[in-house]
Amino acid sequence: MTRAGKQQMPSPTPRTLFDKIWESHVVERLPDGTCLLYIDRHLVHEVTSPQAFEGLTLARRRVRRPDATIAVADHNIPTSDRRNGIAEAESRLQVETLEKNVVAFGVPYIPVLDDRQGIVHIIGPELGISLPGTTIVCGDSHTSTHGAVGALAFGIGTSEVEHVLATQTLLQRPAANMRIEVNGRLPPGCTAKDIILAIIGRIGTAGGTGHVIEYAGDTIRALDMAGRMTVCNMSIEAGARAGLIAPDETTFVYVAGRPYAPKGEALEHAIAYWRTLPSDPGATFERTVTIDAGKLAPMVSWGTNPEAVVPVTGVVPDPSAEPDPVRRATFERMLEYMDLKPGTKITDIPVDVVFIGSCTNSRIEDLREAARITRGRKVAAGVRALVVPGSGLIKKQAEAEGLDRVFKDAGFEWREAGCSMCLGMNPDKVPPGKRSASTSNRNFEGRQGPGARTHLLSPAMAAAAAIAGHFADVREFS
Amino acid sequence: MEKFTRLTAIAAALPIANVDTDKIIPSRFLKTIKRTGLGVHLFDPLRYRADGTENPDFVLNREPWRKAGILVADDNFGCGSSREHAPWSLMDFGIRCVIAPSFGDIFYNNSLKNGLLPIRLPRETCERLMADAAMGGNAKFTVDLERQAIICPNGEEIRFEFDPFRKRLLLEGLDDIGQTMAFSPAIDRFEERRLREWSWLPATTVA
Repeated sequence: MTRAGKQQMPSPTPRTLFDKIWESHVVERLPDGTCLLYIDRHLVHEVTSPQAFEGLTLARRRVRRPDATIAVADHNIPTSDRRNGIAEAESRLQVETLEKNVVAFGVPYIPVLDDRQGIVHIIGPELGISLPGTTIVCGDSHTSTHGAVGALAFGIGTSEVEHVLATQTLLQRPAANMRIEVNGRLPPGCTAKDIILAIIGRIGTAGGTGHVIEYAGDTIRALDMAGRMTVCNMSIEAGARAGLIAPDETTFVYVAGRPYAPKGEALEHAIAYWRTLPSDPGATFERTVTIDAGKLAPMVSWGTNPEAVVPVTGVVPDPSAEPDPVRRATFERMLEYMDLKPGTKITDIPVDVVFIGSCTNSRIEDLREAARITRGRKVAAGVRALVVPGSGLIKKQAEAEGLDRVFKDAGFEWREAGCSMCLGMNPDKVPPGKRSASTSNRNFEGRQGPGARTHLLSPAMAAAAAIAGHFADVREFS
Repeated sequence: MEKFTRLTAIAAALPIANVDTDKIIPSRFLKTIKRTGLGVHLFDPLRYRADGTENPDFVLNREPWRKAGILVADDNFGCGSSREHAPWSLMDFGIRCVIAPSFGDIFYNNSLKNGLLPIRLPRETCERLMADAAMGGNAKFTVDLERQAIICPNGEEIRFEFDPFRKRLLLEGLDDIGQTMAFSPAIDRFEERRLREWSWLPATTVA
């Protein structure tokens, strides 16, 4: 897996986007190939940071670069009215602990009641904190989202959070390069979410382990930044260290003018540099996978990991067709947990809860898509449906466009920004045994609450399920 | 960090692929500001029934595996989220070594930072270890990191690969930050150069 040998070769060697970002951040290379990697941006949230700040305090260390760090609370906070604080004691303690730590260590913080507050992976790009060519880390696996701007962004554990706070670096072994090329025109009803679900279905939940995935091809180029973020977001669901997309005009237009992005002459310098980042022709990828976008259909997951996906037109698969006994047992366990029978048509499966939100799909573009399907229709009787915008700014934008009315008129709940029902650390949970259609990223057992049964899909497909009361083919809705 | 040198313990088998970190420790137990006390919640969805009582079929609820110090697992163990609560809960329960054919990358890294030894071995070897583990209380394994060897209950020795840098840190119980602090002058130089060459990169304190 080590690429240390390759890195010592002279510069004309064609390099990948990942190689270029990696090499420009190596502070020191140890004899065994482990690198001390410089980190440009450290995003901090309330769940994975308290023990890291405690470690700094015990060792009497300071935060080396508060001006490369930014904190926000997102996982724990309620998505109802927050002006009266957080009712749940443990959640409140975590948020208060973060608020104390940012003061004690001088770290910039976006308060809960600020319009800019939101899911850390939504607000990083939205505020222009996440920039091409940079290294970005956060104590959260979905940090891969920021790879959409052409950054090397990956999730770290709490010990590494402490390490970055103290040293602004990480000890890392280089990853291998993997290229996933998606070509062809995306059929109607298909979105970035369907692309990434199809990719994970193809390569599996460990298909990217040890690799950084570069998504390429004309379908990826044609995606807007929101779609690119959805794709990169779920790289971790394929086991990859990170996912990224070469910066291009779409990226530069997106970045320009955002509050934390460079401006004027600095932006021109930056763009000139960013243009040098895309992978060189002939650069080596240890693995390449190609996907024909033209053959995709809207996807729905049926099991308890994100590789267990089928097109909405399909049926729940039969485990007896699986030759490997361990895989067959896993498969049977998934069907038992999900309370599904082989051969059941996906569109015959009823839903109890619909969740539109999460760092995968809560951007304004996602809400517009869901609203397009919802407009003039009603949520089916007995279905609880929520829309949780990814940030306060997205919520305001959606309200300015009247999307909140579309959702509320249809019977959706319209909530404040946060991670919400993606992982149910706040009061938004799927009750035991209930079935959820969710635009989030993980369908693990108990992910949305103990005993919850999660199906992953796109925002438009989620809206269609809310209206039909069961999974439905969004292509029959417009 | 707690040292890892040599461990003699019984092993519990967990023959389930893709054990994700939500299964190791569900998100509702992450609302702590401490690293300790999570052992009781380890494998909560597998270990407890809906009414909160123990699931008598789960290996860690059965004698003698309640005192297991080693876990033999299946492919892609620890996939999913970056929560370090996963290795914390394993350590707090008393497990110091996890053996599996493959691991989620972040879980693997997090384990190394906590003195929890993750060992990769081929699936056939893991299956053999699982069969040995099932023998119970008299089936003790010894994991010797210095020699990179597992000594099975029948005396058979299985060698494993391990990163030399990480091996030294584990053997000596050194944490990464202490190591990195030794490079402070290099970080200073790098940072100065970057601030000059990457002057376009704004601070997070300016907006």
